[in-house]
Order: sequence, then C-alpha cells, then structure tokens
Amino acid sequence: MIRVALLVAAKDLRIELRSRVLLWQVVPFGVMALLLSGLALGPDHAGNSSAGPGLFYLVTLFVALLMINRSQAIEGTPGTKASIATLGLDPAGVFLGKSLALAVELWVTGLVLLGGAVLVLHTALHGALVALPSILVTLGAMSAAGTLYGAITAGGDGSATLLPVLTLPAFAPLLIAGERSFSSALHGGALWEWWVILAVALAAYLAVGILLYGVLEES
Amino acid sequence: MMKQLSQRLLGPVTLVLLALTFWLGLWITPPDKIQGNLVRLLYVHPAVAWVALYVSFGTATIASALYLWKRTRSFVVDRIAYCAMEVSVVFIGLTLITGSIWGRPTWGVWWAWDARLTSTAILGVLALGYLALRRANDDPALRARRSAVFAILSAINVPIIHFSVQWWKTLHQGATVFTSTRTLLVHGSMAWTLLISFLGFTLLFFWLLRARYRLEVQRETMTSATLDEALASRRSEGAF
Amino acid sequence: MAGDLDVVRLRDAVVLSNGFPLLSGVDLDIPSGSLNVVTGANGAGKTSLLRLLAGLVALSTGTGTVAGIDLIEGDQRQLRRRVGWLGHEGSFYNDLSVRENLVFAARALERPTSDIESVVERVGLAHRVDTTTKKLSAGQRRRLGLAWLLLRRPELWLLDEPYASLDDSGRTFFDDLLGDVVAGGATVVVSAHDPLRSSALRPRTILLAGGRVVRDSA
Repeated sequence: MIRVALLVAAKDLRIELRSRVLLWQVVPFGVMALLLSGLALGPDHAGNSSAGPGLFYLVTLFVALLMINRSQAIEGTPGTKASIATLGLDPAGVFLGKSLALAVELWVTGLVLLGGAVLVLHTALHGALVALPSILVTLGAMSAAGTLYGAITAGGDGSATLLPVLTLPAFAPLLIAGERSFSSALHGGALWEWWVILAVALAAYLAVGILLYGVLEES
Repeated sequence: MMKQLSQRLLGPVTLVLLALTFWLGLWITPPDKIQGNLVRLLYVHPAVAWVALYVSFGTATIASALYLWKRTRSFVVDRIAYCAMEVSVVFIGLTLITGSIWGRPTWGVWWAWDARLTSTAILGVLALGYLALRRANDDPALRARRSAVFAILSAINVPIIHFSVQWWKTLHQGATVFTSTRTLLVHGSMAWTLLISFLGFTLLFFWLLRARYRLEVQRETMTSATLDEALASRRSEGAF
Repeated sequence: MAGDLDVVRLRDAVVLSNGFPLLSGVDLDIPSGSLNVVTGANGAGKTSLLRLLAGLVALSTGTGTVAGIDLIEGDQRQLRRRVGWLGHEGSFYNDLSVRENLVFAARALERPTSDIESVVERVGLAHRVDTTTKKLSAGQRRRLGLAWLLLRRPELWLLDEPYASLDDSGRTFFDDLLGDVVAGGATVVVSAHDPLRSSALRPRTILLAGGRVVRDSA
C-alpha cells in the first residue's frame, strides 16, 4: 500500500510540475480571490487581521475545489482509466497517493496565500507562523476528504458542479476548526478542541478512504 | 400474515397517534409558565428533529452500509437508502422551519448562528447533495456504490459537524427532556404528549418510507423493459 | 468444445449498461496461444466483449472465466493484472514522457525498469523516448501502448481497434509484432472492423452482431 501510494503521489506531482497548472492557474486564482475578499470587506475592514483567518480558509477552500477537480482530471480519458485499471494497483495505495499529492499542492498554495494574508489582510506574521502546524493538518484533512469526494463525482453528469455541492458541507467543520485554531494562534485561546476535530476528521477520512476507495473504483 | 397485518395497520396507527398529538398538544396540555403557548411547538419540533437526525438519516446510513457489504448487497437496500434520504430532506426541512417559528418570538430572529441550527442546516445540504449525486449517474450499480459511500461519509461527518459547531457557538438550549443523569424534566400530560409525538412521527417516517419505496419500484418497472425484452430487441439487431 | 487450455470461456454472457444489453448472450472459448479477431459493425459489442475480458465491466448474467479467474466470484483486480489492454482512446498520462509512462507501469507491476530500453527499441520509439505523450502522433501513441504491453508481458492481450489510423507500414509492423507475441505463447484478441487486414496471420475470425457471436471461423 505504501509503495503504491508513493508511486502514485510521485506520478501526480511529476505531472503537476510538467503541466504547471498549479503555478499558472490555481495560485493566481487564489491570490485574486484573496484580493477580492479584501475588496468585498471594504477599505475600513480589509486590513482588520481578525478577518484574516476566515478569509484565508474560505479562499483555500475554493482553491481546493479546483485542485480536487484537477487531481481527478489527471486520470483523464476513459482510455487512461482503463489502462491504469489493468495495472491492478492497490486502491488504498492509490487513495493515499492521490491524497498525499493533493496535500503537497495545497500546502504550497496555502503558504503563498498565507503570505498574501500577512501582506494584504495584515495578519500578524508571528501568529501566522504559530498557526502553521494547524494549517498543514487542516489542508491535509481537506486533501483526504477531497480525494474521496473527487472519486465519488468523477465522470458523472455535471461532475464539476456536483463536487462543490457534496464537498462544501464536509469542509464546513474543517473550515471552522481551521479558522478557530488560526485565530487562537493570533489572539490566544484554547487550541486543543480544534486539534481534536482536525485529528478526528483526518483519521476518519483516511480510514474511509483506505477501506472504501476500492468500491468507488469497481467496474 | 403478521407482516401483512402490521403493514395494514401502520397508516391508521400513525394517523391516530398524530391526531392524538395535535389534540393533546393544542387543547389538553397547559401552556408553559415562561413560554406560554409557544411551548406547544415542543410536541412537534423535537420529534421531527429526532426523526430527521437519527431515524431517517440513520436508516439511510445503515442501508448504505448493507449495500457496501457484498453479502447484503442488493438494489433493495439501495432503494431503501435513497427513499430514506429523500424523506430525511423533508424532515430536516420541517426541523428548520419549526425551529425558526419557535426562534422568531424567542430569540427575535428567524435564523441564528446557533450550533444546532447550523449543524442541522449542513445536514440538510448533505442530504440534498446525496439526491443530486443520485441524479448524476444513470448506471444503477455505479449510482448505488457512489451514493452508499457518500452516505457513509455524511454519517461520519454528522458528529464532527455537530461538535465543531457546538464548540464554535451555541444559543440553542441544552437538554430539554432529560438531564445528563436521565432525570425527566417534563411531567404529566406534557410528558405523555411528548412521548406520543415521538412515536407518531417515527411511525410517520416508516409510513412515508414504505410509500416512497413502492413508488420507486413502480417507477423502475415502468421505465425499464424486462431483461428478456431487452435481450430480444438487442439480438434482433444481429438477425440476418 | 471447451478445452482445458482455454484462456477464455464464456457461456451465455450478458453485460448490461443502464438496462441495455451490450452483450446479449455470448458463448465463446478462446484457446491459449491463439490469435483472434473480433469483427462486426459499429455497436455490435466488440469493445464491450474486450472490456468484459479485461475485467473492466461486470458480467450481469451467464458465466465466464478469463485466465482461470471467474468473472463473477473471482478477484477482478487480479484478473486485470493478468491481461493487457490497448484501447482506441488515449491510454496514458499526456503530460508524462514515453519513458516516464513506462517507468510508472513497470514500477506498478514490480517489473524491472531495465527492460524499457529494449521495449522502446522494439516498437520504434527510441528516438522519442523523452517526448511528452501529448506530442506523439496517433500511430506513435499506439506504439507506446504496445510498448506498455511488451513491458507487462500479460498472458492475454486485448487490443481494441489497433489498426485504426495506421498507415500500411504501421499495420505491417503490428502484424509482425502480434505474430511474435503469439509465437511467444500469449493469447491475442483484436477487435477490428475489417478482418482482412490481418489475413497474413490467418487469425480466427469471430463475427459479432446484436451483442452475440453470429459466426466463428474456428
């Protein structure tokens, strides 16, 4: 399972490095969305760092939706799916590999957006760095969840619009826990409850993915 | 024979219990010392919420799990999951509506970012998502598999959503019927009416589920030719 | 009559998709080490038959075994590892090079990557080994598919319309390769509109119509 996971993750990341969709499309979209969120708040509130964590996670959430679609699109045509299916890869390994690749991509994008939040939303740099571990775990949980929901919606009618409908409610607790832990890092406050939510969510998605990804890939 | 009898009695017993609930709730039970007549929503809202969150969503989840397990996999359990989730949407909607009706005079607003309201609303979106997913796939086996996995994921999300939102903010009152040590807080005719309402709405769910299931079977029968007809038609393409 | 060495045995095989019978009762035995061409009009069920043999679609009714694995009760993932599939659609990761696609396949199947050079040489892609797949022509993509199969060495080759959009030299190359593969002991099933193209090899010809076998040269 681990061997297959590393193989699949390396493949997805190599494709990403080659195609540069993340660099030229997703990251600019995220930065633009962050700027627009500041514009929506208006000049009096845009520089208010208390809005920073929530806006950061809201933008990251929309970026994650794009990347989940991209992760599934890599498997592309029915022909590719058929060829890869005949390799008989361990589905749990495929799930872990795709989640890992998606997590790495989200972490990279998240770091760029964090820098954006510090610059344009005046989020305190020190607080942002303290929040970094919780941000990485939150984005990791989003990756695991997103890989599962991406597989659930792949290939169906209107899959691009169906994905947000199914995924956003599942992302809600991650959004809350992520925002709360980021705010606690900025302004002080108890963190442990939010770490519990994140840890439980991550463990639950990993467990369901390892057990059931194969069912989603059955013919 | 017992099965047929219970199926025949389900509808009438449900109607009787609901009628009793409304009669007792509206006319017989006294108003509350503080809430006045607003308390009469107590005989509808908690029961509807109980059915929405546990009975209907729970039925859909269990049926989905049975579908995923090869030994119990069949389109019967898939249909049960689908129909139960549809009925869930109705009950979740009723939960939010009755809650809002109670909340407006109590909190002064139709909607508040309260833990239970928010988590129930998210559950409603999950249920609608399930129905949207059903429509996105024509292939019955693929549709059943994906819906089942989504239902399991949603069920896992329910406690996560519940606790995250509860820790985030809560305005909704705590336990209304039992304390944490199982001491009953409601007494006399109110307690009996509450019990009857829970029974009535629970049976209403199973009555609606059965009706919806029958409708779904009829719909599938009408829209698909029998296998023999389909094979005959297909083979005739190859006739020389 | 079914032989002990049959790689494929189907009895009244039906494959349904949304209630429509893609295959409407196929009876077929394919012996090991044989070359078989499945032919028929568009919509006859050629691709569906190959996909059934590859374990890519499920058997709805009837019985069948492929490479000794039951199509209903057997481990479908094991089945897929034992067959080689070459579809007529694009089959690889477009953003990876020829070499990278083959390395991925080799590592997935735990095969030595040292075989890649000889395989690429055999299919005539040595000069394009570092080219991204999306920049290959249709014929070159077909050759990459063959390289993929040569690397895998499956016991059953399933090629879905491999001759489409190939010129004469491409078709000759395919015929030579298939001849070598069959001589090496593998079983090959090819779907093609026009069976005469591979007549130099004298394959068995199976005519499908309406999702069933209506003529068999065996």
